Amino acid sequence: MTGGVRVWALHLAVLVALALAPLVVPPYHATNLARIMVLAVFAMGYNIAFGYTGLLSLGHALLLAAGMYATGLLVAHGGWTAGPALLAGALAGAGVAFVVGLLALRTTGAAFMIVTLMFAQAGYLTILYFGDLTRGDEGFTLAREARTLFGLDLVTDATRYSAALALFAAGLIGCLLLVRSRTGRVLVAVRENSERTRMLGYDPFRARLLALTLSGLYAGTAGAAYALLFGYVGASFATVQYSVLALLWVLLGGAGTVLGPLVGTLVMFYLVDFAGNLTDATLFVVGAALILLILFARTGLLGTLRARALAWLP
Amino acid sequence: MDLGPFLFLATLEGLVSAAVLALTAVGLGLVFGVMRVVNVAHGEFFMLGAVVAWAVTNLMPGAPALGFVAALALSPLAAALVAIAADRAILRRLDYAPEAVIVATIGLGYILQQGALSLYGPEARAVAAPFSFRIQFPWFGYSGYKLAVIVFAALVLTGVWALLTRTKIGLVMRATQWDRETATAFGIDTDRVYALVFGLGAGLAATAAVLVAPISQAHYLMGGDPLLLSFAVVIIGGLGSLRGTVIAALLIGLTDGIVGVFFAPTLGKILATLLVALVLVFRPQGLFGRKTA
Repeated sequence: MTGGVRVWALHLAVLVALALAPLVVPPYHATNLARIMVLAVFAMGYNIAFGYTGLLSLGHALLLAAGMYATGLLVAHGGWTAGPALLAGALAGAGVAFVVGLLALRTTGAAFMIVTLMFAQAGYLTILYFGDLTRGDEGFTLAREARTLFGLDLVTDATRYSAALALFAAGLIGCLLLVRSRTGRVLVAVRENSERTRMLGYDPFRARLLALTLSGLYAGTAGAAYALLFGYVGASFATVQYSVLALLWVLLGGAGTVLGPLVGTLVMFYLVDFAGNLTDATLFVVGAALILLILFARTGLLGTLRARALAWLP
Repeated sequence: MDLGPFLFLATLEGLVSAAVLALTAVGLGLVFGVMRVVNVAHGEFFMLGAVVAWAVTNLMPGAPALGFVAALALSPLAAALVAIAADRAILRRLDYAPEAVIVATIGLGYILQQGALSLYGPEARAVAAPFSFRIQFPWFGYSGYKLAVIVFAALVLTGVWALLTRTKIGLVMRATQWDRETATAFGIDTDRVYALVFGLGAGLAATAAVLVAPISQAHYLMGGDPLLLSFAVVIIGGLGSLRGTVIAALLIGLTDGIVGVFFAPTLGKILATLLVALVLVFRPQGLFGRKTA
């Protein structure tokens, strides 16, 4: 039982620290943190598929964009209010992930990577094709008055931060509950040895489909929240770059660790920010980080920490 | 123009894209076939070829044809050297683990893109064609250079085929593809074979890019489409089958040319992308490939 207490104490402490952060750091960094928390929800979703279940997808930008565009288009063109639109965005992410999963999960390994990449590319092109509605690469903004959730004005810094934190906290606790549950252990078993898991009477296809759908739920929610909190919806979020970024954040923080996506997103965000002051070569930073991680620290920051010191880290 | 000549023009355009695509995809397919890894940076080797071609043709004094011939020799060489260096420095250390190689080549692709952006700039620039005569058909005139591209690509592909089936190097490559451990046991230095194949794959992509540079332009983001199309070709042709790859390139290139004449290009691309994804889902061995265990 003491292990469980330790785990919950650590994760609640992280949430408390995030809640106190805007009192300490300047507003510029508070806005960054709000953005990082929303993107970390996306990364947590990627981690459920890649880190815990071993599904190397290059199509997660499609799931992020599904949530973002469902919410954005319903608010901008359908006149929906923020609450139902947010729910629709989350469901859009999960729904698209479920359908893609039904097809793509018939393949494994490199073929799965290529199929998800192609579905995402088709999604990106679809956004461009309906340019009248989506305004293509340029994107569109959401009106200020539409960005109110439960009477809270999401445009002001303080409420935006609180909303991002609430979303992140829900995601983090959900992920922690999942990976400590029997279902979570089945996902890891599928990653480690799919055949043996099947022999034990579990259906690996169903486990993978569940993981991908949950992953889509996270990604869709993150996209929907991004549209509402930052008021912008654009096709750049549907490009393969965002799929790669999710992979990078998870690898950096530690694939298959609950806090890894947050750590990875945070470190990479400030690394690119810091490098941006020194040089314009931000693509180089992303590329070099990927190569160095895969060469020298395949388990990421928290994965290494877990191997060296904290074996109980979930 | 009547439908007949119109279709003829579309077929010619389709053959040009098929020729370029076949070269690029054979490079990707060769790497996949022998090394069993997916090279996500393949599109960036293509881009590198076009950018180096621009640099060489501009630095080279004298007739444009001379500069172009130099580019045709130097671009693939440059791409191959970068690829071999990447193989030695990165892929070999990863022991060619499929997923690790995917991540590493994504990173490599970003680094190449950044290199091109920093050194070459964000502009799209034209490369001068080596000659500019037009062939006059009864209905329209057509660029002689584009016809030369088709012929040259066919020659290079024949060369690759001969290399694989008629030479010692090809035999060694096929042996390594068949069974790496046994090949090692027979004294084949498979590390060198891998480096060679990775370099050859990048060189083929660069060759295709040099050929296409006078038709389209050289740009640091030009590698995305060839990568996806090459994936499509290699998948439909059956992963690791040279003949299937060439047939699939013809199929996709011609379809691309003809569909592009009749449909909106974006819609055509969406349908084509989904179609290829579904082929991979329902026929993972490709349309022409044999089932393997």
